[in-house]
Amino acid sequence: MQIAQNWIDIAYLIAASLFILGIKGLAKPKTAVRGNLLAASGMGIAAVVTLLHHSIVSYEVIVAGLIIGAVIGAILAIKVQMTSMPQLIAMLNGFGGGASFALAAAEYFKGVDTTVAMAASGAAILIGAVTFTGSFVAFAKLQELIDGQPKGFPGMKLVNLILLVGAVAAIGYMTVTGQPNDTLFWGVVVAAALLGVMLVMPIGGADMPVVIALLNSYSGLAASAAGFVMGNSALIITGSLVGASGLILTQIMCKAMNRSLTNVLFGVMAEGGEAMDADEVYQGKIKASSPDEVAMILETAQRVVIVPGFGLAMAQAQHAVRDLADTLEARGATVEYAIHPVAGRMPGHMNVLLAEAEVSYDKLKDMDTINPTFEQTDVAIVIGANDVTNPLAREDKGSPIYGMPILNVDKARTVVVVKRSLSPGFAGLPNPLFAKDNTLMLFGDGKQAIIDTTAALKEG
Amino acid sequence: MDFVAQLTVFVLAIFLGFELITKVPPTLHTPLMSGSNAISGITLVGALLAAGHGGSTLISVLGFIAVVLATINVIGGFMVTNRMLAMFKRK
Repeated sequence: MQIAQNWIDIAYLIAASLFILGIKGLAKPKTAVRGNLLAASGMGIAAVVTLLHHSIVSYEVIVAGLIIGAVIGAILAIKVQMTSMPQLIAMLNGFGGGASFALAAAEYFKGVDTTVAMAASGAAILIGAVTFTGSFVAFAKLQELIDGQPKGFPGMKLVNLILLVGAVAAIGYMTVTGQPNDTLFWGVVVAAALLGVMLVMPIGGADMPVVIALLNSYSGLAASAAGFVMGNSALIITGSLVGASGLILTQIMCKAMNRSLTNVLFGVMAEGGEAMDADEVYQGKIKASSPDEVAMILETAQRVVIVPGFGLAMAQAQHAVRDLADTLEARGATVEYAIHPVAGRMPGHMNVLLAEAEVSYDKLKDMDTINPTFEQTDVAIVIGANDVTNPLAREDKGSPIYGMPILNVDKARTVVVVKRSLSPGFAGLPNPLFAKDNTLMLFGDGKQAIIDTTAALKEG
Repeated sequence: MDFVAQLTVFVLAIFLGFELITKVPPTLHTPLMSGSNAISGITLVGALLAAGHGGSTLISVLGFIAVVLATINVIGGFMVTNRMLAMFKRK
């Protein structure tokens, strides 16, 4: 069966509308599941009508590709652990870029006849290949297959610039002359693949949330460019929605870390004043506590705020924390969670980790909502978070993290910090919070410390 | 579709994207990213056309790769988003 192009285009319009309704559904947790299903049905419609297109003459390759892709996709989605979600997203970003790249390359070899198609296929190949290789470097860093430290060599920026300018010039040349040139084409592919690797290598572990969001945006832009090549509005619309989404998340992450996008991309850390001596900050001021003592303080607490960091997920302590919160609530206290935008390893990651432990989402408060409430909070419990609670960001103008928005946990009556040692966070700075009069340090494994505290609370 | 019409759609969709995405709460930013990965798998429609075109081997191979990668994004993206959102839904 074959159908007219107009009907196919109308089906694409319906699909695009369903995607928009789908994203709109994500505005509230209650409507989000339905939104996702709407978007998925849009995709189903788009795929089915495409199969009826008159230019499709053989189905063997298509069916093989669909089956292999569906099996791999389903396995990834079912097997992935919530702590590894950033790796999965990095991988999906890479596949998205790779798909746009392969598609644009196929169009190129079919023969691009217009200036727009040539320029757009060049753009899709360039952005697609950068996204593909860049995402796999990001994946390798997150999975700790390679060292998370920034890697580079002198003159790396210059090499990157030459690769980028060279690739753009080659695309420009083919566009202006209207002559496809296979040597130049493969040159662009190689340059873009190298560029993807070298753009992500110098970015440190702490900046990974920004990189993932940015690559997400690139994968959308690559799809959009592929849409220009094919004259397909469904691709253009969807690609630009995803491009905008990734860009917004990139901005949010940069703001939360008080870094500019340029600084993140070129691996520049803010210049610090003189290095602070950790011993001087902590000397004689650290009060080590015990689960029993913490439980005693919690007995009389009316309002408790839990501040989770990625260390909580590393210790697999989400369920232990939920138990503690349940116990406190059974005793009549209110418990809320303060989520810093960069608390996990990607935007919204900590929320997913807590939702997995069946913490109700209305108890997860973002930074701007929770900060004014710390003054009325009896106990703030910080687990596996460090830099995002460091008062230097608020008080010390010379500090490299000065200006970074933080959770004002030090305003709570008592602060309990659960931590293995006094070691610094990603920023490499001592945290004066640990030395404050109202701070108690509960040293040890996060999960065990919380379990012991809960047990002591139940006994007492 | 001519270039200006395409460009119009592109620019308007970016504005729409900004309006839509800023309304998504931080709680749902991870499902937003996996969901947007899934819908960027719309490259599947182009990939299907390239893979079924019956052109040279090179084009078929590239089309096949594009179909596989786009399908991973679509199936993997929607399924994992659904899995995460289901955790937010209960209670």
